Amino acid sequence: MAAAVVFLPLLAAAIAGFFGRAIGDRGAQLVTCGALLISAVLGILLFRGILAQDGAQVIHLANWIAAGGVDVEWSLRLDTLSGVMIVVVTCVSAMVHIYSIGYMHGDPHVPRFMSYLSLFTFFMLMLVTANDFVQMFFGWEGVGLASYLLIGFWSDRPAANAAAIKAFVVNRVGDFGFALGIFTTFVIFHSLDFSTVFPKVPGAVGTTMNFLQWQVPSLTLACVLLFVGAMGKSAQIGLHTWLPDAMEGPTPVSALIHAATMVTAGVYMVARLSPMFEYSATALAVVGVIGGTTAMFAASIGMAQNDIKRVIAYSTCSQLGYMFFAAGVSAYQASIFHLFTHAFFKALLFLGAGSVIHAMSGEQDMRRMGGIWRKIPVTYVVMWIGSLSLCGIPPFSGYYSKDTIIAASWAAGSAVGRYSYCLGTFTAFLTAFYSWRLIIMTFHGKPRANHETMHHVHESAWSMLIPLIVLAMGATFIGYFAYPYFVGADRAAFWKSTILVLPGHDSIGAAEGNPAVIDYLPLAAALFGIALAYVCYMLRPDIPPAMAMRFRALYLFLYNKWYFDELYDRLFVNTAFMLGNGLWKTGDGAIIDRLGPDGIAATTRELAREASRLQTGYVYHYAFAMLIGVVALVTWYLLPK
Amino acid sequence: MTIGLAHYLTVAAILFTLGIFGIFLNRKNVIIIMMSIELMLLAVNINFVAFSVVLQDLAGQVFAMFVLTVAAAEAAIGLAILVVYFRNRGTIQVEDIHMMKG
Amino acid sequence: MILQAIMFYLFAAVAIASGVMVVSARNPVHSVLFLILAFFNAAGLFVLMGAEFLAMILVIVYVGAVAVLFLFVVMMLDIDFVRLRSGAIRYLPIGALIGIVLLAELVLVFGSWAIAPSIAGLKAAPIAAGAASVTNTRALGGLLYTRYIFAFQTAGLILLVAMIGAIVLTLRQRTGVRRQSIAAQLARTRAESVEIVKVPLGSPVGGGEDD
Repeated sequence: MAAAVVFLPLLAAAIAGFFGRAIGDRGAQLVTCGALLISAVLGILLFRGILAQDGAQVIHLANWIAAGGVDVEWSLRLDTLSGVMIVVVTCVSAMVHIYSIGYMHGDPHVPRFMSYLSLFTFFMLMLVTANDFVQMFFGWEGVGLASYLLIGFWSDRPAANAAAIKAFVVNRVGDFGFALGIFTTFVIFHSLDFSTVFPKVPGAVGTTMNFLQWQVPSLTLACVLLFVGAMGKSAQIGLHTWLPDAMEGPTPVSALIHAATMVTAGVYMVARLSPMFEYSATALAVVGVIGGTTAMFAASIGMAQNDIKRVIAYSTCSQLGYMFFAAGVSAYQASIFHLFTHAFFKALLFLGAGSVIHAMSGEQDMRRMGGIWRKIPVTYVVMWIGSLSLCGIPPFSGYYSKDTIIAASWAAGSAVGRYSYCLGTFTAFLTAFYSWRLIIMTFHGKPRANHETMHHVHESAWSMLIPLIVLAMGATFIGYFAYPYFVGADRAAFWKSTILVLPGHDSIGAAEGNPAVIDYLPLAAALFGIALAYVCYMLRPDIPPAMAMRFRALYLFLYNKWYFDELYDRLFVNTAFMLGNGLWKTGDGAIIDRLGPDGIAATTRELAREASRLQTGYVYHYAFAMLIGVVALVTWYLLPK
Repeated sequence: MTIGLAHYLTVAAILFTLGIFGIFLNRKNVIIIMMSIELMLLAVNINFVAFSVVLQDLAGQVFAMFVLTVAAAEAAIGLAILVVYFRNRGTIQVEDIHMMKG
Repeated sequence: MILQAIMFYLFAAVAIASGVMVVSARNPVHSVLFLILAFFNAAGLFVLMGAEFLAMILVIVYVGAVAVLFLFVVMMLDIDFVRLRSGAIRYLPIGALIGIVLLAELVLVFGSWAIAPSIAGLKAAPIAAGAASVTNTRALGGLLYTRYIFAFQTAGLILLVAMIGAIVLTLRQRTGVRRQSIAAQLARTRAESVEIVKVPLGSPVGGGEDD
């Protein structure tokens, strides 16, 4: 059954991909959506089976590499963590597939789109069910590929192509770190299998290895390098530049890949490798600091963006930061719990945004929206639900996961924990602010779109509304019901040995003893953010432009994404271009070509031209030449031997 | 002094060289070239006959006769070509004949 | 003996002088005439050497036929006096150098050689003892029609080919000259000479005005 869950999407992708033209749009949609729905149902059943079993189950599929100490197999690891991920991936993917039926209606390449979506799902499932580093890397690269294909799906748009390449290249930087991490792990443990490596980790504590002439703690090195990979995939600060540009892809892609599943692969990896990370306090500190900083940084940028999808994209980046700093204080369970709830409400937000864009005939700029809440009520309601969940307002799902994270970070007691708490609370305020800014600018106020567009505003088709409703239900109820199992009293029985938390690190447990003020401060910050947004955008819309004028430099700093793109452009992109250009024009063109083909051809032509000057056409010149030859011959024979 | 072989051969050599000069030093017309060729053949004939007399071998004179024959034939054909060329080009100035220029 | 030497030097000098004049005369007719003079003097040299048949043949063939041919062509082509063009002197030094080198080498060879003693067996057509009674002409004839008959016939063929070649090269088809081609006349067929036109009774024949 597990194999069916993982491989049905691949089969559907192959059918839709290769025979798409034969079976048509409808056929491709049927095949892929059907396969994904079956996969989702089977996934839920599988999860129930996993909960019943004791310990991790590894299903061996086939041998892969057996070379000189490296022994890697294709296998599926079924335990709580992978079960949770399977449920998330298949359910959200199924919803997105159904949503795409309506959203991509009329697009000339529907079968290819559905095929890519299913292909992505397959890779993601391979990633989360991996029992060794190499299969995880396989899935990792595969989702990167699917992301590239899907971002650049509308390949006739140069912005989409550029964004796809940017995503791939930035991910590559992260993947390089990941690969180095895998190598380091192999050097330390001489195995790449999770079942083999995890028991050996305590033995590697305190060892050091040589890295660029320094002696560094080997476990820390491995974990930090692996985390670099997670940074790339989950768009943490430094390797985040690809995520906003990835919004060039169709909205279902943004919902599936850049909200619910692919970007969470980094979080999954850190949670999966908790047996390793737990033993390296430095690595955990790095994770925590980066996560906290990203959370605040992304939220600050999200406040100044005008494209509806960009706001939600930065929101995703920020929430991923939350998940990482949760891992940084050893609250992996909270991290995964937030991943779980975030998948639902973020996908909901994205698909809702897609519904809005669909209604506004393709308009994505919030400055040209407004006054449509009566016309698209269902979308309006689900956006409210998604935003409430995002901001952590009880009783919605986000409250349970997000507040657990913030409470745990305080309870950890370390400097990193306190840092993360402060940033987390401040970011909760920012999150609420930009979420309600989005809702008010999009749905309320006087309509700022032209008459034509306003006339066409209509609610979306049922194929788009049903996934929205299902996700909304998830975003509402899942938090309350899943809370005890994920991070509540039953969490030990739920997770069993999947996630390792060392006895001194149990920040979730310690959060029970937090002062009440600490626990309620984030909620208060969120409510304050909502109120402020209401004042600024509903009551006194003149305040935001005035503020932007007053603090122009700060506003521009936020609006231009902290100038990261410009910095990278100058540092890396221009350098790479100059290097490429130089090697091409000078190295290849001037030097190699000049010495090789061009040079030889030119020299041959020159020599031929010079030689042809001997052919003057005058007979007596030729006779003269003959005479000189004769004289030379005679002289030769006359010379005394 | 006795006129020996060397004298005759020297005369022939000088005539031969004069003929060669005539070929590439002339700037006038192609007929000069043809006449220079005749001069060279004459010089060769003198050589042949001189040797024939000195070596008491009649083959030299026989060959000189054949040279004569061929020279006459060659002069005829050469002049015919010249005439046709002049008909087509209108000039036999040496400097104007460079159609074979590469 | 002294007479022989004087005659030799006279003939040699005039021959060389006329050779120089052939190459450098301005008037092409003068060039041809100097060529004739050179031939005459060479004939004289031949007579001095004892090859009187060859000398006379030289005069008859070369002077009488070839040089006259040259004269004909020069006259026919109506070649004008030629101004010496500038730039002609450019090649003079190098050409003169090469020529003098050649001359020097030739003279070097002629001045320092010796006849091999075994030459007696190598003669192709030795003049027999007591040959003084046979004239040069007779000796040559005896040799030519026996031993060298093949070369003789080939020479005749060469002359034939040259004659045909010269005629063919210079033959012009004159336009406007009406001549008969018997072969064409005999090869005419009925189809290209007679055409039957069906003319209805009483109407005029309408084919005459437009040919």
